[in-house]
Amino acid sequence: MTAHYFRRLYKIYQSQVLAIPGRVIAVFFFLFLLLLPIFVRDVYILRIFIFANVFVIFAVSWDVLGGFTGQINFGHALFFGVAAYTAALLNIHLGLTPWLTIPLGAIVAVAAGLLVGIPALRLRGHYLALATLAFPLMLTGGVFAFSNLTGGELGLSGVTPLPGSRMSQYYASFLLMAGSVLIMWKLTDANSSIIRIAVIFHAIREDEIAARACGINTIRYKLLAFAISGFFAGVAGGFYVHFLRIAGPSTLELMLSFQAIIWTIFGGIGTIYGAVVGVYILYPLMEVLRAAPELRMFVFALIIMVILRFMPEGIAVWVRDKLEKECPRCKLANAAWRTNCRACGAALYLEKANSSQNLEIERK
Amino acid sequence: MIVEILVNGIVISAIYALLASGFALIFGVARIINLGHTAFYMLAAYFLFTFANLLGLNVFLSAILSIVIVVLMGIGVYELLIDPIREHETTVLLTTIALAILIQSCMLEAFGGQYRGVSSFFFGSVELLGVSVSYQQLLTIGLALVVLFSLWLFLSKSKLGVAIRATAQDREVANLMGIDVGRICLTTMAVAVGLAAISGVIVAALFVAGPTMWMEPLIIVVAIVVLGGLGSVRGSFVGALIMGFVETMVVVFLPMGSFLKGAIALAVMVVVLLIKPEGMFGVVFEEERL
Repeated sequence: MTAHYFRRLYKIYQSQVLAIPGRVIAVFFFLFLLLLPIFVRDVYILRIFIFANVFVIFAVSWDVLGGFTGQINFGHALFFGVAAYTAALLNIHLGLTPWLTIPLGAIVAVAAGLLVGIPALRLRGHYLALATLAFPLMLTGGVFAFSNLTGGELGLSGVTPLPGSRMSQYYASFLLMAGSVLIMWKLTDANSSIIRIAVIFHAIREDEIAARACGINTIRYKLLAFAISGFFAGVAGGFYVHFLRIAGPSTLELMLSFQAIIWTIFGGIGTIYGAVVGVYILYPLMEVLRAAPELRMFVFALIIMVILRFMPEGIAVWVRDKLEKECPRCKLANAAWRTNCRACGAALYLEKANSSQNLEIERK
Repeated sequence: MIVEILVNGIVISAIYALLASGFALIFGVARIINLGHTAFYMLAAYFLFTFANLLGLNVFLSAILSIVIVVLMGIGVYELLIDPIREHETTVLLTTIALAILIQSCMLEAFGGQYRGVSSFFFGSVELLGVSVSYQQLLTIGLALVVLFSLWLFLSKSKLGVAIRATAQDREVANLMGIDVGRICLTTMAVAVGLAAISGVIVAALFVAGPTMWMEPLIIVVAIVVLGGLGSVRGSFVGALIMGFVETMVVVFLPMGSFLKGAIALAVMVVVLLIKPEGMFGVVFEEERL
């Protein structure tokens, strides 16, 4: 009986993972992240990967809003910063533990998301993008102006650190990242038969007027997208502040908002995995470049420009297109080196296919 | 006090108007949000500094030289980086941000982090209703008016200007009418970068040049252009006047004003958008045809 289940599990694994090169890479990378602290004891390297995990949540949450729902947000740091300051203030003044401050910070970030969402209801496209730029900067102005509450330029220090050793902190960040990305991935999976919001988000991105004509209350769903995105960005912000132990105005910076966009578009917008790939390539790269601080930003910008010049859809999408080929008939992903689809047998490449073989398959 | 606000407000508005009209123009014609727009302005300021203060050339000659070089660089950037990926709007955005960061780090490397003052075009000042106004400020106002007026003449009277406006209104139909849309976009980019370069040259002499001087004006310019209506040159002129005066008054009247000036300028933008979502003079673009 158990053997039967194992065989079935292996069958599913074979058809869902082994047959698709992109997923094989994803599984190996997951194992790499899982086993990393066992082989690497260096505190500094673990610290880099903890930050990378936090920023993965942040970048993916941008992708849910910007890539899937089409509401390009230039002020994503607002959610991050609001949650960071909320968590720090609750922790310092009320002495709450990180277990409470991180979710509470995320909830306040959701409130901020809804607050930003209200003007977003009226704006569309570029106007929304450029208007959202304003909100974190307005808040930064407030942080500087009311420095006796917020600590001004120095920020709030003395936040309780996350309990445990560096290794357990790493696993906390890893689990949080894996869980958040899984939830956001499932929420935006348009093929899902259970969750309907993904299809609606896609519809809003593609054509909002048509979506509304189909009886979808687009305003409500756009607000929902803002809330989901704000929640996860807030989780990232809360975790970040408890790890770093300082909440400063850098959590609201323009550059942080841009980073989320840079990571996501570099990997591939509207794909979830693109955002993940973007962070794990660019964030460690930036740390390596600290060896040459004067060239750091120069090399960073140059790499982005060159990569995007030749892979305008993002590096992850470009690699996926090289490795995988969608079956023209049944839309199933296939390894790019196959000639026929693994499920329906249709020829994957029209010009390469042997015409007589093709006809035979058609007759079947 | 009032005269002081008036003079400062007009000077700042003039600079913003030059920057914002270029930003609005390139968005309206080529649908490119060029977040590297103010990086060109910084570039012009640094070129002026190099030619005038380091090489000791004549100030006017070096101003013209810097503008020409920056325009050529803008054309190069458009041809090499932006045009090949124009189909992917978000990628264009990112490329222009990366460009701004690239220029910033180059300037940081070449000139260091400190602020550089550039000698004024004219020295001295004139007494106006009890307030001393420097000749440089007068020059700024005059030059901005002349440039904006000639921009208006160019856009409304010349054949090329009409072609640019036609492309802004409808790409496909402009293409069908025999307008070379690709070349029009390139010309617009050159004009927009030229406007940024002119304001950069003026600002370098009026204030100081620093490697992060592109960031603050970028935000304000974005606010102005959104406020006035994306793609509308007239709107960005009016928006620049509003923002310039709001900024000056906040700095003068509010305590902590210099911290809050950006925040309040942006708040003004949000309020206008809440009342009129497409900005004051915004054109509601027809949905792009497929």
